[in-house]
Amino acid sequence: MSANTLLDVQGLSVSFAGSEVVHGIDFSIAPGERVALVGESGSGKTVTALSLLRLVANARMCGQASFDGLDLLSMPERDLRAIRGRDIAMIFQEPMTALNPLMTVGDQIAEVLTLKTGLAKAQSVQRAIDLLAETGIPEPERRVNAFPHQLSGGQRQRAMIAMALACQPKLLLADEPTTALDVSLRGQILELLTRLQQKNGMAVLLITHDLNLVRRFADRVIVMENGWIVEQGNTADVFARPQHAYTQRLIASTPVRDVAESQGEAPAVMRAQGLRVVYPTPIAGVRGWFRRGQFVAVQGASFEILPGQTLGVMGESGSGKSTLALAALGLLPFQGELQFAGQSWGANAARDKALRRQVQVVFQDPFSSLSPRLTVEEIVGEGLGVHAPELSKDQRQQRVMTALRDVGLGTGDDAAMVQTLQRYPHEFSGGQRQRLAIARALIINPGMLVLDEPTSALDVTVQKQVLQLLQKLQRERGLSYLLITHDVDVIRAMAHGVLVMKDGAIVESGPVHQVLTQPQHAYTRILVSAAG
Amino acid sequence: MSGSTRVSSSINTASPSLSPGRRAWLRFKRNRLGYWSLVLFCLLVVLSLMAELISNDRPLLVRYQGETYFPMARDYSEKTFGGDFDTATDYLDPFIRERLSRDGNWALFAPNPYGPKTLNYFAKAPNPSPPTADNWLGTDDRGRDLLAQLIYGFRVSVLFALALTFTGTLLGIVTGAIQGFFGGKTDLAFQRFIEIWGSMPELYLLIIFSAVFAPSLALLLILLSLFGWMGLSDYVRAEFLRNRQLDYVRAARSLGVSNWQIIRRHLLPNSMTPVVTFLPFRMSGAILALTSLDFLGLGVPPGTPSLGELLSQGKNNIDAWWISLATFAVLVVTLLLLTFMGDALRDALDPRKADAP
Repeated sequence: MSANTLLDVQGLSVSFAGSEVVHGIDFSIAPGERVALVGESGSGKTVTALSLLRLVANARMCGQASFDGLDLLSMPERDLRAIRGRDIAMIFQEPMTALNPLMTVGDQIAEVLTLKTGLAKAQSVQRAIDLLAETGIPEPERRVNAFPHQLSGGQRQRAMIAMALACQPKLLLADEPTTALDVSLRGQILELLTRLQQKNGMAVLLITHDLNLVRRFADRVIVMENGWIVEQGNTADVFARPQHAYTQRLIASTPVRDVAESQGEAPAVMRAQGLRVVYPTPIAGVRGWFRRGQFVAVQGASFEILPGQTLGVMGESGSGKSTLALAALGLLPFQGELQFAGQSWGANAARDKALRRQVQVVFQDPFSSLSPRLTVEEIVGEGLGVHAPELSKDQRQQRVMTALRDVGLGTGDDAAMVQTLQRYPHEFSGGQRQRLAIARALIINPGMLVLDEPTSALDVTVQKQVLQLLQKLQRERGLSYLLITHDVDVIRAMAHGVLVMKDGAIVESGPVHQVLTQPQHAYTRILVSAAG
Repeated sequence: MSGSTRVSSSINTASPSLSPGRRAWLRFKRNRLGYWSLVLFCLLVVLSLMAELISNDRPLLVRYQGETYFPMARDYSEKTFGGDFDTATDYLDPFIRERLSRDGNWALFAPNPYGPKTLNYFAKAPNPSPPTADNWLGTDDRGRDLLAQLIYGFRVSVLFALALTFTGTLLGIVTGAIQGFFGGKTDLAFQRFIEIWGSMPELYLLIIFSAVFAPSLALLLILLSLFGWMGLSDYVRAEFLRNRQLDYVRAARSLGVSNWQIIRRHLLPNSMTPVVTFLPFRMSGAILALTSLDFLGLGVPPGTPSLGELLSQGKNNIDAWWISLATFAVLVVTLLLLTFMGDALRDALDPRKADAP
């Protein structure tokens, strides 16, 4: 242990109810150093950070974590409380839940100051304004009296950072500080962190799964897998020459483009002309008893999807891209024209049913997209009950098994498969669940899939596998995809054409290479450069 | 693909698959207090369903002068057993008892030889009599055996509570499902209706109706059901509102599954948690409601064994402590068992509680 060490962790292991989740890890952080802790969900990276401050409930910790010569794991709770917030501060992933909704941000920052530094109330409020100004929040004198819900997502995260930095900590633990934010904000928050880190000379432990972030931010990177540290070293070295197989896999997990390129003209599968979706919104006051306001979620979208090709829709949250997907599925009333193979939604029930067989969907969240109380066979076979009711029970089971094999679930013989069919969704991992959702959509042989952020909730290595599966299915079956995503890497790997949406309007569209390499609209440029 | 081989091996080596309902049951069983409360409660209910074999003023079986009689099932005239009158036999009459135990005749009595309405004309102590060897818990102020009354009263209470819980739950689920699934104007109209309906003075309606109609359990059941579904319907409605916009319902819609199938396959099974959690508490609420109405004299018709009526007797005969004490004990034990079950059920269905192995 060199003299120049701020935090030195030796043999830290954390266990819950007898099962160990972090298995004796060693690492150290020097003063003023930027270290990234990288790993997929379940790798133990957040637990590691939280256990340094002993913030994990019901956990048993062993080992040593000496901070400035004091052991964080064995010191009395009272002393530790003095260190929390003053010497070691923390920012969390979701600023909406990390801030108290009933207190103004100014009060929350001032509270830290009065508690930790003993400043008088009036002084600490002034200091809170300075801190907010430092984090780049416009009009800090006014915002200091704002409640968390009155700030935007990026401003909330800035307020969180102001609060964490209030006492000028020596070490900042940043747990996925940008994951909940839109892409264009991520870069800004990262720049802010870098600037403040250099100004205050504090050390930062950045916990993240986003390799782009690590590459841009960290001096040193620690890679965790299943509670073990598998590799650590200088960021540049690790990215250039990853030693461990897991690190190699992680770095190689950027989606690869492997799709059939477009060949000339073909009649479009889906064609939209001036598509417009309007939500009613409540109006405050007496007027709202009789009338409703309007919120235009999609205004005048026009696009075409060619057979066997993917149309990518990019945009941030609230841009109307998911609404567009629901309208394409005929699940929302819309104005304008939307035709699938010359047919439109809502003509009559029988036509709609025939159309449903053609257009299917895969949603983002693999946990809410499968009913927890149905077995795999019931979930995947559901479409057959509607569109092929003439099948016998055995035929149906065969079709379900074929569909599962097509999505790479279950390579065993029929007997092993029958067992899989009786299982419930909770027994499957996120990636497996997403495969189940794809199998459910594919079992009735649709011509087109609407993919609403199909890989956003998955770990990067799993994301790559699912994208490969989607690419393979497209090549083999000539499927068309309407792919909704905020991730430029996914667009680059999958799409043939791209739409960029902002506030319900399409701001740019064109072939994928053109939009990504020569973005015309300023907003597209921000999105593309943020993904860097 | 290396991913898929890993996938399949991890599926096949897992332990046998359990449905979410089955896992909840295992969690319930792990709560020993709740589980044994359920066992004991079921045992008590089964015993009370066989009350005729436990507490009955007629012998279960009589052997008289070489012939076998079944007084439980048939009425026999006193003349059959050598009496003077052509009336139904009173088997507690010392004369009849003497005839039945002579010359190899015998009669098999229930452990407690009194029915719920039996007036013991041959009691040795004045009414209400304290516990004696004949009447183990004493008699009430009309000379009826208290133990018999408690057994039959418990049965009436539990059966009534089961019926009321069933109808109330059914109504609550149906109305909640309609509001939550269709939402919008249906929901708005139904909510206003519930507000109006819920503000009706239930107790006064009960008093008025019990004055207009002859009091009966059926009337009580109907009236209490009419007012008992609203709380549950709100919970079911909220669950439906939440679940109907989840992705698995959207996916089912985009598959073209009909509304009814979506409700049956997706929404109902996933909205049952509050319903199941509330069942024991609804039961205990129903028992309490019946008891308090009986106590006020608005409940069951006179002559029906009832815990509430016994409590009211206990109040009127304050020195006959055995009446109040025994009835009170039965009520407390019943309600306590139901509460323990409810607590265990709530824990078992709590989504925040992890599945410990």
